[in-house]
Amino acid sequence: MIELNNVAYSYGGGALLSEISLKLAPGSFHFLTGPSGAGKTTLLKLCYGALLPTSGEVTFFGDDLRKMERDGIAVLRRRMGVVHQDCQFLNHLSVAENIALPLSVSGRHVDAAGDDLTELMAWVGLTHRADALPPELSGGERQRAALARAVIMSPDVILADEPTGNVDWEMSQRLLRLLVELNKMGKTVLVATHDLSLIRAAKSQVQARVLRIANQRVQLAGADL
Amino acid sequence: MKVVSKDLRRLVWGDRQADRVVPPTGFTAHLTVFAAGAMAFLAVFAMALSLASGRLAVRWGDELARSSTIRIVAPLDQRAAQTEAALGILQTTAGVAFARALDDAEQQALLAPWFGADLDLQALPVPRLIEVIEEDSGFDAAGLRLRLAAEVPGAVLDDHTQWRAPLVQAANRLKLLGWLSAALLGVSVAAMITLAANAALAANAQVIAVLRLVGATDRYIAQAFIRRFTLRAFGGALVGSVIAMTALLFLPAASDTGGFLTGLGFQGWHWFLPFTIPLLAACFAFFATGAAAGRALKRLA
Repeated sequence: MIELNNVAYSYGGGALLSEISLKLAPGSFHFLTGPSGAGKTTLLKLCYGALLPTSGEVTFFGDDLRKMERDGIAVLRRRMGVVHQDCQFLNHLSVAENIALPLSVSGRHVDAAGDDLTELMAWVGLTHRADALPPELSGGERQRAALARAVIMSPDVILADEPTGNVDWEMSQRLLRLLVELNKMGKTVLVATHDLSLIRAAKSQVQARVLRIANQRVQLAGADL
Repeated sequence: MKVVSKDLRRLVWGDRQADRVVPPTGFTAHLTVFAAGAMAFLAVFAMALSLASGRLAVRWGDELARSSTIRIVAPLDQRAAQTEAALGILQTTAGVAFARALDDAEQQALLAPWFGADLDLQALPVPRLIEVIEEDSGFDAAGLRLRLAAEVPGAVLDDHTQWRAPLVQAANRLKLLGWLSAALLGVSVAAMITLAANAALAANAQVIAVLRLVGATDRYIAQAFIRRFTLRAFGGALVGSVIAMTALLFLPAASDTGGFLTGLGFQGWHWFLPFTIPLLAACFAFFATGAAAGRALKRLA
């Protein structure tokens, strides 16, 4: 689905990532780990087309990122759900409207998806907060709202960048269960996290592969986790 | 064509969902509307000034070019004879369509503003005036002067060119200045809208980033801003134009006592011209916001 082929990325100063080859197969569950500043977020951004690699090629569903127009990338993002650590919302719209935002920007009628939306809100446990404004939500509620927004278009891939970074252990377990459920429904999941206990907790629920960024490269981590 | 009409329809009727994605901004919105209105108000006046000076130039150029005046300055007892002689010469001059001597009543009316209506012309050595209307081809003024000098010593031909030319030039210059002002106001509207749109785009950077992340196309994002600013510019300019037109409607009209000055204002179908100002303002806003949004969006991933 998403394929990185000998990709390198460097910021003005020096190389951050190099010789990265990665293939996210449909239905797989990957963790991406590594110390802070190793390039987890950068790698994720390469995976949803927010950054262009300095060299190498990135393909989405078989299409080369470099050959894609801006609108092509926009349409591509409708097939991917992205969750950030500090997830941003439109603060003047209610939680329900924010979760339905991908539908309205892709020209679908939000009213038509009424039942799906209600079901989704119940799944992430935000039914009672539907009319609240995003700034009124707690950290855990924000993360769950962001996850709901990421999956409302029924995307093929879910990319989450430190989704449990701002929440307590209880809530991170809950988010993990949601991600595992999505994976069991056939979605490809990639979660960047530095929280090794989260990865250990996941191992009992899902067959997850762990990728570790070290020395600018991505390695498949062994069974030591 | 189909795409354009679809865009236009969306621009006018809007997409309720798309409109809501950009947060409402009360104060700056009012400022944009006010500035558009004020500029449209000024543009209507500049337009009225241009059209009025245009009319003035045409009138002076046209009517005065077709007419000349001969003054018979002679002692009272010879005046009638010399007038007859001059009229005789004019009848045989090629290019003269019509010539007639003004009667006492007409001369009195001309002098009334200076001497009052009770003036007795017989008591004063007022020169007799002969009005000469030319044919389109015109006549040879120098030749006519020579013949008049030979046969009517008291006749002075005034073909108006001397004072007509600078007046026509001034009126034409005024017209040009008027259009230039209107054009500058148009560019200012575009500049103002660009600034306001840039400010709005900068203030809503987070909104735009979120929209990009959830798969909104540049066009969708730009549309929300373009629609807003186009409608603001159109609404403001429409109100400004209507107020300016109302003000012009209540200006005193041109009258005989106003002399050769024409009324500042619109005449006939020209009353429809100010309605182009809101449309132009909307066009300027449409393209200015589109360009600003395009630039802002290109910088985003």
